[in-house]
Amino acid sequence: MKTVNQKAWFFVLPVLLLVAFNALIPMMTVVNYSVQETFGDNLFFWEGLGWFEQILRSERFHAALGRQFLFTGLILLIEVPLGIIIALSMPKKGFWVPVCLVLMALPMLIPWNVVGAMWNIFTLPDIGLLGYFMNHTLGIDYDMTQNPLAAWITIITMDVWHWTSLVVLLCYAGLVSIPDAYYQAARIDGASNWAVFRYIQLPKMKQVLTIAILLRFMDSFNIYTEPFVLTGGGPGNSTTLLSIDLVKIALGQFDLGPAAAMSLIYFAITLLVSWVFYTLMTKDDT
Amino acid sequence: MQRRYLVPLFYILFLMLPIYWLVAMSFKTTNEILSGFSLFPQTFTLANYKEIFTDPTWYWGYINSIIYVSLNTVISVCVALPAAYAFSRYRFLGDKHLFFWLLTNRMAPAAVFALPFFQLYSAVGLFDTYLAVALAHCLFNIPLAVWILEGFMSGVPKELDETAYVDGYSFPAFFTRIFLPSIKAGVGVTAFFCFMFSWVELLLAKTLTAVEAKPIAAVMTRTASSAGYELGLLAAAGTLTIIPGAIVIYFVRNYIAKGFALGRV
Repeated sequence: MKTVNQKAWFFVLPVLLLVAFNALIPMMTVVNYSVQETFGDNLFFWEGLGWFEQILRSERFHAALGRQFLFTGLILLIEVPLGIIIALSMPKKGFWVPVCLVLMALPMLIPWNVVGAMWNIFTLPDIGLLGYFMNHTLGIDYDMTQNPLAAWITIITMDVWHWTSLVVLLCYAGLVSIPDAYYQAARIDGASNWAVFRYIQLPKMKQVLTIAILLRFMDSFNIYTEPFVLTGGGPGNSTTLLSIDLVKIALGQFDLGPAAAMSLIYFAITLLVSWVFYTLMTKDDT
Repeated sequence: MQRRYLVPLFYILFLMLPIYWLVAMSFKTTNEILSGFSLFPQTFTLANYKEIFTDPTWYWGYINSIIYVSLNTVISVCVALPAAYAFSRYRFLGDKHLFFWLLTNRMAPAAVFALPFFQLYSAVGLFDTYLAVALAHCLFNIPLAVWILEGFMSGVPKELDETAYVDGYSFPAFFTRIFLPSIKAGVGVTAFFCFMFSWVELLLAKTLTAVEAKPIAAVMTRTASSAGYELGLLAAAGTLTIIPGAIVIYFVRNYIAKGFALGRV
């Protein structure tokens, strides 16, 4: 039992101040921009909710949002099952366990722009390993800068490469915490592999899977650097995800009002979807 | 060997291919890269690495990155320790809301914050300093540190605290001499995660710096755009950014998953 102690606030005060400094002040700046119009020279005019209306009706925003949901949906559909399968087939003990863990975690420790640059080098049509293999060995016409489908496959593959290990590591941690006695009991009962997975392994992985899915959702929904470095949003606008579009509006065109309104809508969507995920997945816990 | 081990084997092969290509590229001459495809470097050269280690703009990029990352790690862990203790041991007004609010800070896209951050840190006169980047990265690293530490601290029985008080320890003495040593692993893992997320994040780091505290990423983008096709140099710089991660990961290999699960496995 935790004791009630209001003085504990003093312990969290430094955290509160530092995070609030970083979160609230910039957030208020964004809110401030989102309701004003500027023509430069630091002259601002009240605009009300005009920008919000404009963004919510703009086809450009709808298109970017659609691409973003498609991207995140595909990422979750591929990475979660793949991660579970890999975690299930990993050795449980012995020399190879730490080797696997370290090698698998390696992609996650590479700076995001290096990940983009690395995949760029990897997929160059005539001199990249993958690009050369596709074009010259398999004879498939593959050029990320020309073909939207190729660009999509590449950014999806890149993200699978980058982040599937997160799901693997979390599921693996859940799996090794299952006592051997559970498996022995299942064997005595003559349970099939599927039954073992469904009634022993999956429930044990539920908590870590929740965290994995939440983290993967938040991070893939906010992804910016890797696809920006790899495709720059192209060819055309085919891989312009929400963040990329936002930065184009804010820093490229310097339309601060619409960009700020878009940021807030973007943030609200992330918050809402995360909350829905979170409540759905933790519903039967309490 | 069991057949199911083929799954992780192929997965690791898939993970290593792009990394191999980056490393192989870094040992090639620009001529060889542009003249055509070769699986292994034909004329093995260290020229790319030599250029990085002799040109101050290059190696200062690494030093800058390491400085702000370390600074951020220290700040995050020190601030998060008492907060995590409070969350794991006490109930207080608004504790659950505060905990969830911390979580929401990981959801805000960094792209949203780039411009306001620039203005904020320019206004307080910290623009282009190590401290600016270190403080900005606290936005997502402090919440992370609080969760991971809270998870580890909740694993320590409360009786430990009570016994120590009965034995006459004051709170600071108990915290530093008894409590901290018992969650050593947790502190290590937390530091690793702060290091990692600060090391891989570059959008804010780039936005908040110009010359003095410029991270390696910014140096790389400049080279990529101005020199056009110095792919070998770019590959060498990329390879060098993998090394710090590869070193630190070895120390926490058995705790990585526990850290990602925010201490809750």
